[in-house]
Amino acid sequence: MKICVTSKGAGADSAVEQRFGRSPFFVFVDSESGESKAVENPLVNESGGVGPRAVQLISGEGADVIITGQLGGNATAALQASGMKVFAYSGTGTVSEAVAQYKEGGLRQLI
Amino acid sequence: MKIVVASGKGGTGKSTVAANLAYSLIELQSVTLVDCDVEVPNLHLFFNPEPAIKEVFTIIPKIDSDLCTLCGDCGRFCRYGALTVLKDRVLVFEKMCHACGGCMIVCPEKAISECNYAVGRVEDSNPLPGLRLISGFLKEGEVLAPRVIKDAKAAAEGDGLIIIDSSPGIACPVIEAMDEADFCILVTESTPFGLHDLDLAVGVTKSLGLKAGIIINRSDGSDEDVRNYCRKMDLPVLLTIPFSREIASVQNRGDLISEKLPGWKEQFAGVYKECLELCGVDE
Ligand code: SF4
Ligand code: SF4
Repeated sequence: MKICVTSKGAGADSAVEQRFGRSPFFVFVDSESGESKAVENPLVNESGGVGPRAVQLISGEGADVIITGQLGGNATAALQASGMKVFAYSGTGTVSEAVAQYKEGGLRQLI
Repeated sequence: MKIVVASGKGGTGKSTVAANLAYSLIELQSVTLVDCDVEVPNLHLFFNPEPAIKEVFTIIPKIDSDLCTLCGDCGRFCRYGALTVLKDRVLVFEKMCHACGGCMIVCPEKAISECNYAVGRVEDSNPLPGLRLISGFLKEGEVLAPRVIKDAKAAAEGDGLIIIDSSPGIACPVIEAMDEADFCILVTESTPFGLHDLDLAVGVTKSLGLKAGIIINRSDGSDEDVRNYCRKMDLPVLLTIPFSREIASVQNRGDLISEKLPGWKEQFAGVYKECLELCGVDE
């Protein structure tokens, strides 16, 4: 299973980013192998419409689950249609820590 | 002659000024009043019109799922986020689409066609002899105010004297309302906030090369700051409407001071005359 975490930096040891569409990076973690890959978000400085566009990007990377802080209305609508599950992480920990907490069932499901 | 009535901020009495100005002139000539404050149009409240209604459409993309290969190009292209390509379908967010038409061009499969989408309506009426009222209404939740404004203004095109009530502020709908006007009346109050917002609005008229004059509304008599500002910026003060209980009570009933209180019709007619002079037009 592929988990996408919104992240401030380019690795699994970076801090989780609370914003969804304007997250600087998306880190994709393979839950079986533990391998991770970061994708820089081209939308950070865009003026609007970033939510639905980020959903397409993440969906295109084949993610099954998304961990992030907050979602806007349009992102929510796109995510609901996408079939991906979304979980909320409000802590200040790293991407790896958020994934571990998700695996333990410790995160609240948003979508 | 096209006069646009604007203000740097809401609540200055801009619509009241537009309505009074129009009312004061209809005995002299036909007037077309256009309500371009499409998010909260209110001129119809003064006149009880029985309007003919025309819907305002914009274009949104329609995806032919038989042709679409889900390549993702359209979603990557649309900078407004109106398209999201998922694994099994393309989502269209109508409200975010700016009708640029680009997605239809970039789609390699020609899977995208245009379809109409209603964003508002234009109401057209003749509530009084000599007065035509055209009001633009933006549908709730829609963002394409300029689209509705365009249609409302287009309906008035060709009429002799057109008075346009713009939305407050200085965002795109205001620019759209001011576009191609001959003169701009800026309505302000004599407060420090009023002056700051007035200055922003003046900046817009200057950058559009639009001649402007000021009406001070709800004046408490201490307008020195506004007057000094106008002098400095070389802006004529066309009219000062004092803050009085009598005026307030007429306006609170939804009535026009130019109709109910003596002298005001002549004052507003005088404002129009001054506008003509400032534009270099002989009557
Ligand atoms: S017409 Fe333009 S704004 Fe509308 S969806 Fe297509 S690309 Fe986006
Ligand atoms: S560009 Fe055309 S083919 Fe590609 S996803 Fe969009 S509609 Fe489908």
